[in-house]
Amino acid sequence: MADELNLVEKSRIMDSTAMKRALRRLATEIVESNHGAEDLYIVGIRRRGVPLAERIVNQIESIEGHRPLYGILDITLYRDDLSTVGANPIVNRTELEYDVDGKVVVLVDDVLYTGRTIRAAMDQLMDFGRPRRVQLAVLIDRGTEHRELPIQADFVGKKVPTKQTEIIKVMLTEFDDIEAVGIFEKPGE
Amino acid sequence: MNKPFHRKDLLGIRDLTAEQIIGILDTAENFSEISNREVKKVPTLRGKTVINLFFEASTRTRTSFELAAKRLSADAVNISVSSSSVSKGESLLDTAMNLDAMAPDCIVVRHSSAGVPHQLAKVSKAAIVNAGDGANEHPTQALLDAMTIREHKKHIEGLEIAIVGDILHSRVARSNIHLLTKMGAKVRVAGPGTLVPRDFAYLIGGNPTGREGVHAATLSSTGGSPSISESNTLATGRVSALTVCDHIEDAIRGADVVMILRIQRERQDSAYFPTLREYAIHYGLTNRRLDLAKKDAIVLHPGPMNRGIELASDVADSSRSLILDQVKYGVAVRMAVLYLSTGGTAISSSKGEQ
Repeated sequence: MADELNLVEKSRIMDSTAMKRALRRLATEIVESNHGAEDLYIVGIRRRGVPLAERIVNQIESIEGHRPLYGILDITLYRDDLSTVGANPIVNRTELEYDVDGKVVVLVDDVLYTGRTIRAAMDQLMDFGRPRRVQLAVLIDRGTEHRELPIQADFVGKKVPTKQTEIIKVMLTEFDDIEAVGIFEKPGE
Repeated sequence: MNKPFHRKDLLGIRDLTAEQIIGILDTAENFSEISNREVKKVPTLRGKTVINLFFEASTRTRTSFELAAKRLSADAVNISVSSSSVSKGESLLDTAMNLDAMAPDCIVVRHSSAGVPHQLAKVSKAAIVNAGDGANEHPTQALLDAMTIREHKKHIEGLEIAIVGDILHSRVARSNIHLLTKMGAKVRVAGPGTLVPRDFAYLIGGNPTGREGVHAATLSSTGGSPSISESNTLATGRVSALTVCDHIEDAIRGADVVMILRIQRERQDSAYFPTLREYAIHYGLTNRRLDLAKKDAIVLHPGPMNRGIELASDVADSSRSLILDQVKYGVAVRMAVLYLSTGGTAISSSKGEQ
């Protein structure tokens, strides 16, 4: 994506070690605030929330010795901008294998920005059942001044104040060459 | 250039590239999960209107389109010919323009005459989806057949596929021959001589402008000699992927997929074959005939089937018959088509929001 838009990296805010640490801490906080991994259902939001959720699940398993449930949400069909984005975007599969009723669902995404993705994810989740509780974990929180909906994260890897012209890119080995988080901007802005 | 299917209308498989077909099938596969949910509905097409305009009787296809629209939260309206003003003498285009004035987003049309959806597409602002036009095409049927094949065989390229029955009148056969040859399958057709056109170019051609990208899969197998005009290359390329057999046994022998067409009993008075009983004896698919196919061969039928005529009852009820899978995937395919065709004009959809 960065190449397509001709973006330049302004600064690197996390390397792979820092990301590992942040994810380990997120996993610990999730377990701590829920008093264990019982009834936990970790759900990654496509695309970049998915590998992050997987890593959190692995961390929780190594902390608790018990693997929480794991699922994937594709929010495309719940987007609020389908009538404005032009051609309809590609739909990927939602995989919630287990019943969400009565579970503590932790949504995982890479970046919290406007909050619209999370709104879509929550709406979709509710169509699958009635979780006891829904929480949000993100690797990067860009700050409340960009929020367009009243949505906050319960667990944050790193809070990064940004300008609207900037783009935060979480690079993961599943999709990119490297494992890092950087702030990008279009040249001349 | 990989151009996804983001066009306004779906009039036929003939107009699609292999990449576009794959794009629709991939989307449909991702939609299929929605029908397994407890709440079988997503808000995607909320506020959009889909009109099912059926000039020909249909239960399965109409219900399938209606469910597809409703599961995407679109409002679906069904119009069938018996209740329409066509019976009061209104012309087709007037009907279309009147419907258009009510601002639907999509009109799904079935008509007994070939080309009706194409006419509507010219006058209507709505996306037109062909749900079967005469003996021309039935694109969503071919797509759901392809989806069924992909689910069971994982791929279509290289498969040997027998299509048996009334090829002459079958829009299902036409759409399938287009789709399967574009996807690189080998197709063998068989049926009574009166119901199987010998002229390959007629079956697979009809696109004299030679649109770019079409039939790439089969073109490559001919070596793509540049000296031959494109339409000729198209014909030769795909002829090698299409064989007409005199006997059903020759078509079925070694096949991965056996596609049985419905005998259109309403055409019986035209004497294409002597009796239904004779048809059943010579062209009906029995277990004995099916044994000639590959061991893991699957059987498809577009429905509604005439048990004991084109398809023996024990074959229809066997585990090799995927007729109900076809119906199931039909909803997913139609959801994908409605989703893609109501999505506005094609622009690159890079998310770029973070």
